[in-house]
Amino acid sequence: MRFIFKTAYEQDIRLFKHGGQQFWYGLLGVALLAAPWVLDDYFLGQLTFILIYGIVGLGLMLLSGYTGLISLGHAAFLAVGAYTQAILAAKGWPFPFSLTAAALLAAATGIVVGLPALRVKGIYLAIATMAFGFIVEEVLARWEHVTGGNTGIIVGQLQMFGWTADSEESFYYVALVVAALVTLGVLNLLRSPTGRAFVAIRDSEISARSMGIHLARYKTTSFALSAAITGIAGALYAHKLRIITPEQFTILQSIEYLMMIVVGGIGSVHGAFFGAAFLIVLPQIVAMVKDYLPPAIGQATGLQPTIFGLVLVAVILFEPYGIYGRWLKIRTFFQLFPLYRRGLFRRQKAFMKSERLR
Amino acid sequence: MSAPMLKVEHLSVAFGGVKAVSDVSFEVRPGEVFTLIGPNGAGKTTIFNAISLIVPATGRISYEGRDLAGLAPHQVAKLGIARTFQNIELFEHATVLQNLLIGRHVHRRTNLAAELLFLPSARREEHEFREAVEKVIDFLDLAHYRDQMVAGLPYGVRKVVELARALSTEPRLLLLDEPSSGLNVEETDDMAFWIHDIQNDLGITVLMVEHDMGLVSRVSTRVLALNQGETIAEGTPAEVQSHPAVVEAYLGTAEAT
Repeated sequence: MRFIFKTAYEQDIRLFKHGGQQFWYGLLGVALLAAPWVLDDYFLGQLTFILIYGIVGLGLMLLSGYTGLISLGHAAFLAVGAYTQAILAAKGWPFPFSLTAAALLAAATGIVVGLPALRVKGIYLAIATMAFGFIVEEVLARWEHVTGGNTGIIVGQLQMFGWTADSEESFYYVALVVAALVTLGVLNLLRSPTGRAFVAIRDSEISARSMGIHLARYKTTSFALSAAITGIAGALYAHKLRIITPEQFTILQSIEYLMMIVVGGIGSVHGAFFGAAFLIVLPQIVAMVKDYLPPAIGQATGLQPTIFGLVLVAVILFEPYGIYGRWLKIRTFFQLFPLYRRGLFRRQKAFMKSERLR
Repeated sequence: MSAPMLKVEHLSVAFGGVKAVSDVSFEVRPGEVFTLIGPNGAGKTTIFNAISLIVPATGRISYEGRDLAGLAPHQVAKLGIARTFQNIELFEHATVLQNLLIGRHVHRRTNLAAELLFLPSARREEHEFREAVEKVIDFLDLAHYRDQMVAGLPYGVRKVVELARALSTEPRLLLLDEPSSGLNVEETDDMAFWIHDIQNDLGITVLMVEHDMGLVSRVSTRVLALNQGETIAEGTPAEVQSHPAVVEAYLGTAEAT
């Protein structure tokens, strides 16, 4: 059990709140840096995918988890980032520049998509963003001389200033650095006024406004940042897949990302990465246990989506804060051992919440 | 008599055909506690919402000589007007401290880039915000709840947290919408002391809507009574309470049956 005796504001503001966190995150960092020596190329590739999806998760988390705006069109931002990267990389742009361009273009798209968000909420916003997703998908398929239409684009290896990421390891390190920087940026944002303004908008628009928060500006900012982060993930995604086609950026992917952050733990940075790990690891597990199941189940089509669906339902019913929520409980169990009580995380009833204005 | 801080002239608010407020005028002078009373549906909260610019109204509202017309709702806070809500509108899934820090939003000077990189300017601002917020936490005795999620707090504490959040903006005019509703006798007592301190120690002018006549007469400098959207009496608490129109509005007419 740890008691933190605070003597300075800095202790609340800094990223690592105590030595234990420094130790464990340090260990995680070392493990991630050492991964190429431990894992073979296939598993390293999967780890890279977790990082990329984790970045997508962060982007969507910022929008849906922290600002409370739902998006069913995030695959489109990923596509904008991926295609920008593919086209600019082919023109010989070094990676940092093309990555910035991918992020900026995605952000610009995000601002456009964010415009309806200033007027509509909830299910209507979901439909608006979904429509946007369809539009982008269609543009990618039709704008053939730029996007290659349905045949897609073959993406070369990631290169910058004469250096080429020509192996699984080198690409993994690039993804790791990008993921770490994006995470740091998001964490910084969340401990600043803008991050708190997002949370304020999520929890009560009316009082956010009475606290002087410009709703339209912050919602647009949230959309732009979320799209930029997703665009960054898209740039990496393009190099990872090596060939990108419109059908990799459909509504199904968008739904998958939303599911990812819900399963991972909505409203937490950890949740983005937990969700990404879940999204990558589950198909592997399904593939592994498939052969041991009775053929009627194991070989049935749609086994994987069914399991995904069941997990999602289970999460919503039993653990609204997803894997991260469960993680907190397990951690607390060990920290307090043997004093953990079952009721510690019991959900409290929300007090009197009557109708809001508008 | 000093110049009014808030001047409301011929304010009318209509929702469809229903006139919630019709032709109400009053002035709030600097340093006083001005209370709006009246039975349910008298239009008290609607007046608050009109001042916060969240409902469209006709008439003129000016604050420190400046017409509020043409401003956006979020700009009202920047002028130094803070408010609480009748039904508590806190940021549920954030800690008490974060709620109060959101109250500092009007004092934000950093930009997005500085925040993403958490440059020294952003860090310095966080320290300044914390210092200001801790003063409010001290003032309202919230230290015990500082790091708790609002979603798990009892009603009485939430009421105080909302007051604290409003104070964190460092307002010059504070709008309190039924500060004592849902509080027990002891908590109402505390609230009365705090309103007194807010007026005298912090020098903040208070405009309040309140039902508890005990609290009203303890803290108010002047009272305005409304009924069905119209002004029926204005004056000191004692004057208003004994005004025949007020008695009639609350108790009905003394007609023999």
